[in-house]
Amino acid sequence: MKNTQVLSLKNLSKRFGSVVANNSVNIELYRGEVLSLLGENGAGKTTLMNMLFGHYLPDSGSIDVLGNDGQMRKLVLGHPQASLDAGIGMVHQHFTLAENLTVLDNILLGSEKLWAWRHDRNKARNKILKIIDRTGLSAPLDEKVARLTVGERQRVEILKALYHEVKILVLDEPTAVLTPQEADALFENINSMTKDGLSVIFISHKLREVLKFSNRIAVLRHGEKVGEIATSDANERVIARMMVGEETIKNPRDKIQLGNPILQLNEVSVKGDSMRTSLNRTNFTIHENEIVGIAGVSGNGQSVLAKLISGLIDPDSGDLLIEGENVEYFSPNGMQSLGVGRIPEDRHHDGVVGAMSVAENLVIERLQDKDVNKNGFLQNRAIKENAKALIEKYDIRGPGIDAKASLLSGGNIQKLILARVFECKPNVILANQPTRGLDLGAANEVARHLLEARGRGAGVLLISEDLDEILALSDRIMVIHNGSLIETVNKDREVIGLMMAGEKI
Amino acid sequence: MIRIEPREMPSKWWTVGIPIMSALVAILLAAIPLALAGANIFEAYTQMAKGIFGSTFAFTEMLTRATPLIFTGLAATIAFRAKLWNIGAEGQLYLGAMAAVTVGTGLIDAPSFILIPVILFAGAISGAVGMAAPTYLKTRFGADEVVTTLLLNFIIIIFLQMMLEGPLKDPMGMGWPQSEPILENGILPQLIPRMRIHAGLIIALISAGLVHLLLSKSIWGFKTRAVGENAPAALHAGINVNRTFMGAAVVSGAIAGLAGVSEVAGLRGYLTTDLSPGFGYTGIVVAMLAGLSPIGVVISAIFIASIFVGADTMSRAIGVSSYLADLVVAISLICVLIGGFVARYRFIRTNKVNA
Repeated sequence: MKNTQVLSLKNLSKRFGSVVANNSVNIELYRGEVLSLLGENGAGKTTLMNMLFGHYLPDSGSIDVLGNDGQMRKLVLGHPQASLDAGIGMVHQHFTLAENLTVLDNILLGSEKLWAWRHDRNKARNKILKIIDRTGLSAPLDEKVARLTVGERQRVEILKALYHEVKILVLDEPTAVLTPQEADALFENINSMTKDGLSVIFISHKLREVLKFSNRIAVLRHGEKVGEIATSDANERVIARMMVGEETIKNPRDKIQLGNPILQLNEVSVKGDSMRTSLNRTNFTIHENEIVGIAGVSGNGQSVLAKLISGLIDPDSGDLLIEGENVEYFSPNGMQSLGVGRIPEDRHHDGVVGAMSVAENLVIERLQDKDVNKNGFLQNRAIKENAKALIEKYDIRGPGIDAKASLLSGGNIQKLILARVFECKPNVILANQPTRGLDLGAANEVARHLLEARGRGAGVLLISEDLDEILALSDRIMVIHNGSLIETVNKDREVIGLMMAGEKI
Repeated sequence: MIRIEPREMPSKWWTVGIPIMSALVAILLAAIPLALAGANIFEAYTQMAKGIFGSTFAFTEMLTRATPLIFTGLAATIAFRAKLWNIGAEGQLYLGAMAAVTVGTGLIDAPSFILIPVILFAGAISGAVGMAAPTYLKTRFGADEVVTTLLLNFIIIIFLQMMLEGPLKDPMGMGWPQSEPILENGILPQLIPRMRIHAGLIIALISAGLVHLLLSKSIWGFKTRAVGENAPAALHAGINVNRTFMGAAVVSGAIAGLAGVSEVAGLRGYLTTDLSPGFGYTGIVVAMLAGLSPIGVVISAIFIASIFVGADTMSRAIGVSSYLADLVVAISLICVLIGGFVARYRFIRTNKVNA
């Protein structure tokens, strides 16, 4: 059964203007296998999948899919409905949910006829409950998506694809927001579903998962397939070398003497949307030369904590001290002037104004500075010089400083934000999911900057759902669950994983 | 099935050719009702062209008509750039006009170089307040500004009727509900003797230049654009979103108020409730047609005014119903708006596929 081909991408090429996103890519997928697609940001993974899913029309090449009659058939290209009908499902890296509809409605969306007299919602509900039963992907079916956490939304996306009874499931960074246990559970379930004949294309940057769960690995670089390897023959070094063309450098962390307390929270409480997402009487201290990692599943109070330190909300009670001074007035500007640098969780939504230029986005936090603002007018020359220098220094790749920020890839948007934050030499750095969805190169870059800031005396609060990242970077680790922070004693990933799930250790 | 997706790189020919094409299509389509009404098509279009370019008088009339549209188009442009949906330019125009007649009909008497700026200032302030109020409700209580600004238009017009029957009524007006005339010193100067074209046009053009400068070169404009394009990111970056909304509201309302001042102090001399045949609403079309570019607003206002004036002249000259003129205007606008859409997006025809 393993040998039945279900999908074959043949010589797919796609250009955007002068940029070659994919160049003659060939990929085969067999029934019941998990194929990992690896590559740096901008390597062309997402473009390739968008062509498979009919969102983009390839410039050349073709796609064959196994039909119900057991014959390979040409897929009509550039047509999402054709791909859906052929049993290809995709879970996107960026959510495609309607926020003002319930989870149930979102799952049914697109599978129901618009003009049907009545919808048999109970039947649909039962079907979804069965899928939830089978996979353990729990989601509150009657809650509006707007009220869900990022992690829950991701689960809804996966449920939605499974509901459509797909034969080929594409997962774009599916585990970025799950706990290790949840991720393991998800993959176990996917493994059992592959036994029923589901084929999975799995895009991830987490080498550990790729090695553990896939059968085969295909690596893209600069839009071309540079290698394919059976997982049993692979190890982290081999894959990493294939991806970046050289061995990755581990960030060396040397011991540093801690300095004075730089960020302190005393009995801070902040109300969130629910008990779970609130912050309850939180106490912690971050010192100079220290990175404190906050591990936890999304939606356990992280976003409230991040908003507080970003200056977007006020605490309901308790004190927040920066360099020993009590913060009286909470605003993003105020926090910046106190030396707090902020890397937001959702870089597209909160990090950049996509329709404005790269140069403009690089100065958006410095509109009061003299070199940007002269008598209320923009100093365009200085802004452009600044952009040129930072693009060079932070290796921000894109169409240029005057191009819209939305044209940059995710990794380069993050580099833009890094440039903006680190150029201000902040004393306190809030890094909220700083490497989510980034490739190795960009993630290493983020880590390098955080460690560099630690080295020169900054205190870093690192909020992440990627336990590997937290383990690698943090001096101390705290676990957040139901709005409470608990400091961990050691760096045992199993223990931390259990604490993330709310177990008392 | 047809899919629509944005054009990544529209070619030069395309961006220039499409508006010309849509104008031609408009002329062809408008010929149908004209022919049905029994008019000579060729004659009709000749008269229309004459109505726009045929004489100095025709041309200046067209520009006179374009003047308030530049103001209201700019008002919509600024607000829409911040994604603040000001549908209330019509009301703000009347507020500006009311302030102009309140101040300019004898409250103070001063030489022109003082009185005219005072009247302009009063109108601008009045319009600004008219937009600031619903914006305050939006930022403070989350009231939808589309609803509040739209409904305020009706409140303001009814308030104006009340004032014109009461305190603002001209005692010498033979009982008509109209205001006293603005003092001689408060009238905007004419640009060409014996023509109606007035200094309001100059003020409108200066406003367009200033708005362009503000939006593209100033910190204020930077903030306005950032809030309009991505308010959460602007907020996170330390931009005060509510204050930015208020700034856009004040400037937008002030310019809409100037439209009223310009009409009453430049053209009519006194205020009635039919000062504006919907200039505030047409301003929205002007702004959208211009792609929310302040310089584009000038061009699109002149285009729309040309169609208005040309169609008017045509219907009078060849003796067809004035409704036909409105029809020609409507067809032209629709064609150009569709043309603009076609220029920005492309349509991909895909065959229905069965699994």
